[in-house]
Amino acid sequence: MKTGGALVVAVAVIGGGILLAGLRVNPYLYFAGYVVLQYVVIATAWNILGGYAGYVNFGTPAFFALGAYTAIFLIEAFKAPLPVLILAGGLVSALLGLGIGYLTLRLKGVFFSIATLALSVVLQTLIINWDYVGGAKGFTLIRPSAPFFGNWGTLLFTVMVGLAVVAVLVARSIERSWIGRGLAALRDNEEAAECMGVPTLRLKLFATTISGFFLGVAGAPFPYYVTYVEPSSAFNLDYAVNALAMPMIGGTTTWIGPVIGAVLLGTAQQVATVTISSEMNLLVVGVVLVLFVVLAPEGITGLARRLRGR
Amino acid sequence: MFSWDLLANAVVAGILLGGFYAAVSLGVSLTFGLLDVVNIAQPAFVILGAYAAYVMNSSFGLDPILTGLLFTPLFYVLGAAVYRIYYASFERRGDESLRGLVFFFGLLFIIEVSLSLTYGVDYRLVEAAYIGKSIDLGGVGIAFRLLVPCLVGLAMTLALYLFLSRTFYGRAVMGVSQDRVALRLMGANPVRIKTIAFGIGIAAASLSGALLITIAPVVPSSDRDYIGRVFAITVLGGLGSIGGTLAASIILGVAESLMATFFGPSWSLAVSFGILLLALAVRPAGLFGR
Repeated sequence: MKTGGALVVAVAVIGGGILLAGLRVNPYLYFAGYVVLQYVVIATAWNILGGYAGYVNFGTPAFFALGAYTAIFLIEAFKAPLPVLILAGGLVSALLGLGIGYLTLRLKGVFFSIATLALSVVLQTLIINWDYVGGAKGFTLIRPSAPFFGNWGTLLFTVMVGLAVVAVLVARSIERSWIGRGLAALRDNEEAAECMGVPTLRLKLFATTISGFFLGVAGAPFPYYVTYVEPSSAFNLDYAVNALAMPMIGGTTTWIGPVIGAVLLGTAQQVATVTISSEMNLLVVGVVLVLFVVLAPEGITGLARRLRGR
Repeated sequence: MFSWDLLANAVVAGILLGGFYAAVSLGVSLTFGLLDVVNIAQPAFVILGAYAAYVMNSSFGLDPILTGLLFTPLFYVLGAAVYRIYYASFERRGDESLRGLVFFFGLLFIIEVSLSLTYGVDYRLVEAAYIGKSIDLGGVGIAFRLLVPCLVGLAMTLALYLFLSRTFYGRAVMGVSQDRVALRLMGANPVRIKTIAFGIGIAAASLSGALLITIAPVVPSSDRDYIGRVFAITVLGGLGSIGGTLAASIILGVAESLMATFFGPSWSLAVSFGILLLALAVRPAGLFGR
């Protein structure tokens, strides 16, 4: 598919989202759709670092929550509107991403992953002790009336459709440019790539920053969505597991993998939450993740490629 | 208002806590430090051990630490089985580090969620004669619920140290961490040695879980707090050094205890992760690295 074609598809998806929002079907569908789309953004963002560059980030909740808490801070301080929140949340998380990018200078592989896990807990402790944004008590947002569509559920759903499309387009263009090839080279062998003249540090910084940006973007509308944010919900470990599981299930080497994984697993979780229980759906994620990593390490796209190759 | 009494109490409590942290960290020191298996699920096994102690205590009135000891064979078998799966799916394919990490992360999540599905998310605790008692040494109180786990932790550390330095299998474990090929030439099977060592690592989780629930009530998600602590200790102590693990545990215990006493308990968790980040960024070989 050429870039022009991809843009047409992207516009069509956004148009379809707006149309769907205009239909005003059961409000729960928008509510659930938002979560699935949010996971499309998260999985895609995670995959830019984890899949393309091969640095496994366990700190997804840190970036997501940083986006959400940047939004809360701006709401508290300036009553900033939603687009500003999304942009600012993304930028602040991108800065954190740049920071962990420099960490990769010293920490490779496993140690990097453990450090990102630590990062999440340190940040959570800071937020718990920061009363301005609610501290451990949490923060309650009173939403003004929605400017479009008449209600926030539908509006946020449409916004998420747009964000998901942008994230996927960015991931796709990274994958197909020299940056993507450079990242793949350093994923396979960082030292060899460096020797061949691949600017590994700059590429890694780029990947951590972009990945952080979109994780923050996914988190920024969160206060508007739930209207009550507390540290343990924003820093939920579920985000770390899902961000990891979705690309792993879909396939980490292409942009479509995280999308497939997020849509399948995200939808399955929503269905399981309604029909069984929310604890049970987490168990399903864990089991599916372990099964895939043991039995089909290349994910669904890898399986499909193998079937077609035969 | 600074008080020397408070300081002395905090330091003593920290040292006692350190002995317990050593018990929790031994498993990771063995599996991650010596075997290079990124066993990030160890804290979840510790919580599993804690729940075993809880169940036996609440239904049969069994002593938690005795339960921990009784369950070690079961945990050993569990650990050996987990290692076999890990070996067959990742190590043999030479694909271990990153996907293996994801595997253990998934395992941690499965154990945690299964526990909260079975026992709910309420705090669980155990009862024993020594919990709640303490002795007073000139203004410094020593609570038995801290003292007993500390002593057991020290005994476990000593036992592991003797195992690694004195026995054939222990030396083979040290050998597998240094040179797998040479070990094979000596006629020992590295996979078998690693299976045994991994089993021992998980068996240690049974006992340290029992210690954990003796010290404080436990919820299924308690494992998250220990990921940072355990890896901070393992890295700070120098990977695979048993003496270093003990020293790092006591340093961390005292640091956390001081933080909790003088700044409030909500900050104490940040100490371990802060130390971990610092250790990783500044000196990844640890204080006592090889």
